[in-house]
Amino acid sequence: MDPIAAKYIGAGLACLGMAGAGIGLGNLFGQFLAGALRNPSAADSQRGTLLLGFALTEALGIFSLLIALLLLFAV
Amino acid sequence: MIFAAGGHSPIEQFALKKIIPLKLFGFDASITNSTLFMILTVGLICGFLYYAMRGAQRVPGRLQSVAEMLYDFVASTVRDNLDDGKDGRRFFPFVFALFAFVLVANMLGMIPGFFTITSHIIVTAALALLVIAVVIVYGFMRHGIGFLKLFVPSGVPAVLMPLLVPIEIISFISRPVSLSVRLFANMLAGHIALKIFAGFVATLLAAAGAWKVLSILPLGLTVALSALELLVAFLQAYVFAVLTCVYLSDAVHGAH
Repeated sequence: MDPIAAKYIGAGLACLGMAGAGIGLGNLFGQFLAGALRNPSAADSQRGTLLLGFALTEALGIFSLLIALLLLFAV
Repeated sequence: MIFAAGGHSPIEQFALKKIIPLKLFGFDASITNSTLFMILTVGLICGFLYYAMRGAQRVPGRLQSVAEMLYDFVASTVRDNLDDGKDGRRFFPFVFALFAFVLVANMLGMIPGFFTITSHIIVTAALALLVIAVVIVYGFMRHGIGFLKLFVPSGVPAVLMPLLVPIEIISFISRPVSLSVRLFANMLAGHIALKIFAGFVATLLAAAGAWKVLSILPLGLTVALSALELLVAFLQAYVFAVLTCVYLSDAVHGAH
């Protein structure tokens, strides 16, 4: 296979990893909303934990985006 | 470069440029744009804190309350994650310095044309290795050889030990890796994405006739991405501080 073509196919495949981050973020905010609507008074105190979870989950999606970007621009 | 617009590559913004070439003892110790922005970051933090707390009042003025909010924010993070014993408290200056440095460095990077020092893995790796070195050194100082009990989970049958101990060791070793890569990858990917969408605007504006109208779409996305990046810049500094506290609490409290 042409190495340039393989590079671009690899970058595309690496982006599939972001689907996992998408599932994780949807789960995170969905569960938070479900819990917050059941007990709105407790929701505010958990906002910090929510944002921490957001940053940790989003970072995993960013890792796969990083691999794609490295393949596109650095390899 | 398929995304390149106007002859600029999206990773060109991360290039190191020598400003003052310098050689010290055979090492290349040149003042680069990275060095310059590190000095600027530290100078900004020290200058702001000094200026804000110069004439400290019992009822704080505007600048003084900003400085106190920053202090209070980190203090409550340390209190929540590192336990407010007599030993957890002594790491507050360390965590505060790390948080302030990463936060101001990320925020400076968001200004167009400015260099983002945290988008280089060597910078974040140095910060993460410093954290882990403090954990290991302080852990051994405080608990002696008993610090190694960290790798032996309590209340587990002896049969499982050969399996669990390597897992614990691997998870400990991967801490500095994930700590540094998380910050670096977020900054790098965010800035590349911003540049790529900005490139779309330039490409569409250069296109013929009615296509120019469409450039409003990537422009809107660029604005939205900038807002997200500002949030991420703050969150990553916060996450760095929280994880530092969590790792340090292992050294302070030892095995449970």
